[in-house]
Amino acid sequence: MIDRMSAWPRRRVLAGMVGATAALGAPAILRAAPSGKPVRVGGTLSLTGFLAQTAVIHKIAAEIMVEEINGRNGFLGRPVEYVLLDDQSKPEVARSLYEKLITVDKVDLIQGPYATAPILAAMGVAQRYGKVIIQSSMGIPKMQTYDMAFPATPFGPEPQKTYPNVILDAMASLPTPPKTIVILTSKFPSAQFMAQGMREESGKRGVNVVLYLEYESGNRDFGAIAARVKEANADFLWVGSLGLESNQLLEALRKLDYTPKNSFHLYPAPGPLALSPDGKNALCSTFLEPAEPFMSRPGVARQAAAYKERATKANLPYAIIDAQAAGMISEWQILEAGVNGAKSLEDKAIAAFLKKNTVDTIYGTLRFDGLYNHGNAEQLIKQVQGGEWKVVWPTKYAAPGVKLIGS
Amino acid sequence: MPSATLLGQALISGVLAGGMYGLLALGLSLSWGLLRLVNLSYFALAFLAAYLTYELGTTYHVEPWWSAVLIVPSMVAIGVVQYWVFDKFKVNELASLLITFSFAVILEVVIQLYWTADYRRFETHYSTLSIKAGPFYIPVLELVLCLVAGALAWGTWLWLRKTYVGKALRASAEDADIAAAYGVDHKKLAYLLSGISAGYAGVAGTFIALIATLAPAQIWAWLGVVFAVVIIGRLGNPLGALFAGMAIGASESLAMAVMSPAWAPVVSFSVLIVILLWDPDWL
Repeated sequence: MIDRMSAWPRRRVLAGMVGATAALGAPAILRAAPSGKPVRVGGTLSLTGFLAQTAVIHKIAAEIMVEEINGRNGFLGRPVEYVLLDDQSKPEVARSLYEKLITVDKVDLIQGPYATAPILAAMGVAQRYGKVIIQSSMGIPKMQTYDMAFPATPFGPEPQKTYPNVILDAMASLPTPPKTIVILTSKFPSAQFMAQGMREESGKRGVNVVLYLEYESGNRDFGAIAARVKEANADFLWVGSLGLESNQLLEALRKLDYTPKNSFHLYPAPGPLALSPDGKNALCSTFLEPAEPFMSRPGVARQAAAYKERATKANLPYAIIDAQAAGMISEWQILEAGVNGAKSLEDKAIAAFLKKNTVDTIYGTLRFDGLYNHGNAEQLIKQVQGGEWKVVWPTKYAAPGVKLIGS
Repeated sequence: MPSATLLGQALISGVLAGGMYGLLALGLSLSWGLLRLVNLSYFALAFLAAYLTYELGTTYHVEPWWSAVLIVPSMVAIGVVQYWVFDKFKVNELASLLITFSFAVILEVVIQLYWTADYRRFETHYSTLSIKAGPFYIPVLELVLCLVAGALAWGTWLWLRKTYVGKALRASAEDADIAAAYGVDHKKLAYLLSGISAGYAGVAGTFIALIATLAPAQIWAWLGVVFAVVIIGRLGNPLGALFAGMAIGASESLAMAVMSPAWAPVVSFSVLIVILLWDPDWL
């Protein structure tokens, strides 16, 4: 009797232990497979056209997140289906496609497209139909005037002020802080917007802007521009570049036997700039890099590994997770948190939840109760050191032994 | 006020950049002027050649000059096949523009499918070499490009002026029926010229791979300025295309040095409008 009594609880304990071990060890799909009619989330990305080289990063990140969410509980127990269309990098196409997604395809929710112009186009449609729209790449926050639009990247409400000051703070920490600056920018709207902010903030902090130049996006020849940069010979070169423009400029400068003393690049192609000999000690903004302390955030190591695998398979030249991919991951984390928090697929309920609550994302904890639904600005500065990007500023985010290198 | 060194350096950069305009314009000018075919696919062929040069260079470590030995004859073959299609379907000047535009779009999609839309850069150890001449720097690669463009333009000009084949081609362009009455086989010559023009696109592509950034959408980045160069340089005139390219390149570069770089694209089209309004005898 005593034995039977003691045997029974022991069996229950053992069974419980086996069950718990199986539950923890089993693939996520066995733990909580969502079922029922899929929740359709519609969106566009610039899969073709001039923005395609970056939008493909967002596509891969979105696919990882949809799988991850479905591996948990989907949205309210239902599987998530991402209905992705190609806006061809054209705002007018984005506008028509969002109209189609909402009225013809009748998607339950939407996700934002990539880049400022398509986002603005999509936002107009979202506003007309009262849909929540989350975006990660609108570089001009003051244009996000729709109250159910949420940023997934911590630009802060006024990056034209905060961005330059983070950079100028970093430069001021150098043993010989720059006294003169050349500002060179593409006329791409978000780059131009930041360049104007940089000019204003530099002036306020006593850094003399000796040359301010704007060039057309897609400029073919940097020879004459390089000659002007060389002649100005400032202590600091700030470039509002996109893609490989920074590489082209630095190459053109090297042909003139000139290396800028310190240089910052706004939206460069990260891989080519880091790997180029001209990119040595180049600076850039970021929100996340695949290193500590960022990799310790929940899920980041797994997402980084998944991204690397898929980006390599997709033949991307730079298969390392960075702020672009993280933006899309953050978008889906916010949408998931909104749906779960509101316990509803109703857009108004999701928006109300997000405005009152914070969300833990790949970027850390984000809030949406500030101007233009933005929270704090969290820009960091990274630098090419030994052919790799390393976060150097603010110093609390720099890995041990990593320091900002000046001229 | 910009210094003399800055102006001189801008002029050098512009003339050398104009060499690329001239080289890209060469095939289009010949095809348009002598075959009456506005072949927009040369831009896409040039980029296909550039991507092939990039692929051979980065994957198989083939020097671009050896890549050109493989790629240029392939482009010549494509040019010959293209003319066969034009001839078979009796394609006229306007239709050729639409057909070759469609062909270029298809080629752009094919390039994007294989190489993706990502930017590609073919890094070579000589891409940043320069020669110092007094206070000025002359980039070696752009200088070689200009010399090649110059040799091709002069060679083609002499071929058209001094050889029977060249004279026959010009005669056919003037009046194909009269030329035929004198025994000129227009079709054979047209196949030859179509192949050569596409081959020039292949040569341009090799240099594009070394000098420019590759992205499928960049195919269209050169279209406007090269069109202006072809018209200013006069249709069917290889030397005109080269000089017009250099003039446009120099004026764009000086605009960047004196005014704002954003003004550069305005320059080529302003020059085109002024010349069209002026309507000089040589146009």
